[in-house]
Amino acid sequence: MTTELFTTELFATELFTTELWFALIGALIIGISTIGFFGATHILKRIMAFNLMGSGVFLIMVGLAQHDRGVDPVPQALVLTGIVVAVSATALALIIFRRYIASGGQSKLPEHRS
Amino acid sequence: MNTQLRLTLASVAGVALFALLTLAIWYHPTSTVDLPQLVANSLAETGTEHPITAVLLNFRSYDTLLEVAVLLVAVVITLALAQQDSNEALSSLEQPARDSLVIALTRRLVPLVVLVGVYVLWAGSYQPGGAFQAGALIAAAGVLLRLAGWPIHQRANLLLRVGLTLGLVVFIMIASIALVSGQPFLTYPERWAGELIFAIETVLTLSIALTLLSLFLFSPEALSSQSRKPSKEKAQ
Repeated sequence: MTTELFTTELFATELFTTELWFALIGALIIGISTIGFFGATHILKRIMAFNLMGSGVFLIMVGLAQHDRGVDPVPQALVLTGIVVAVSATALALIIFRRYIASGGQSKLPEHRS
Repeated sequence: MNTQLRLTLASVAGVALFALLTLAIWYHPTSTVDLPQLVANSLAETGTEHPITAVLLNFRSYDTLLEVAVLLVAVVITLALAQQDSNEALSSLEQPARDSLVIALTRRLVPLVVLVGVYVLWAGSYQPGGAFQAGALIAAAGVLLRLAGWPIHQRANLLLRVGLTLGLVVFIMIASIALVSGQPFLTYPERWAGELIFAIETVLTLSIALTLLSLFLFSPEALSSQSRKPSKEKAQ
């Protein structure tokens, strides 16, 4: 019943196009990951939240770029570049975290331990 | 700062950011430049038939060059942080994984994955695909080998370092060719654009695969030091 309401009320209107939905979901992901990034104290959770924030940015970039003119290759190529950089940055953060743990650090920063 | 206050502030920040982004998306201006049409118009000069590959390696090749540099920086830091005794620590993981079924599986699966990677690299010139996807596939084959217990991390030495830098070095060399004939950096000669782009993509595939694989293989062993940690840390 709620699905039907969604379809008739929102999707039918010209305002809510598919690319707008992509971008809004991307904004939602960024908001959620912001809460996770600042709310969590475990370093691993913060790294994951930051990675998720990047995914939200990519979703906005790719989603908004799909105009009625067709698929825009320029933002897609930029997002492809961004994904690779995000993967390597996340891997680097995880490696530094593992090294920090291996050299005696704990999974939370000193100011968050109580 | 106590937990309650931190969570409240984080929630406020998240909701505010979501509201701001929603407003920005809602009122975003429609672009006056028709980028897809611009790309389609000059696709014939780029040497590739796929618009995304053309953008990646011709129109915006500066981005790709810097991206490869970022990958190289990440793997250099990884190799610098790798522990000297990590090989011994990793080899202890090998014994349980040397299962005959796993060995037989990887013997058949890894060549196939590498083959698919090469196909994806080749397909990048006329359909979705390209160096990064192919590199990721080949790196996945390497990760599979490592998880199955093959001691590939022990072969890493000078040759690995050459392979890691090869992509960036060849890319910069080809980009500098144009400087000799008085053209700006990163201009491909029009006759050879397709071949040069494919050559760059091939070496990039090798370097990206080795980079992603090295990021996995040489990550510091976090488990080996668990024994000398307090028990509180162990529980987490």
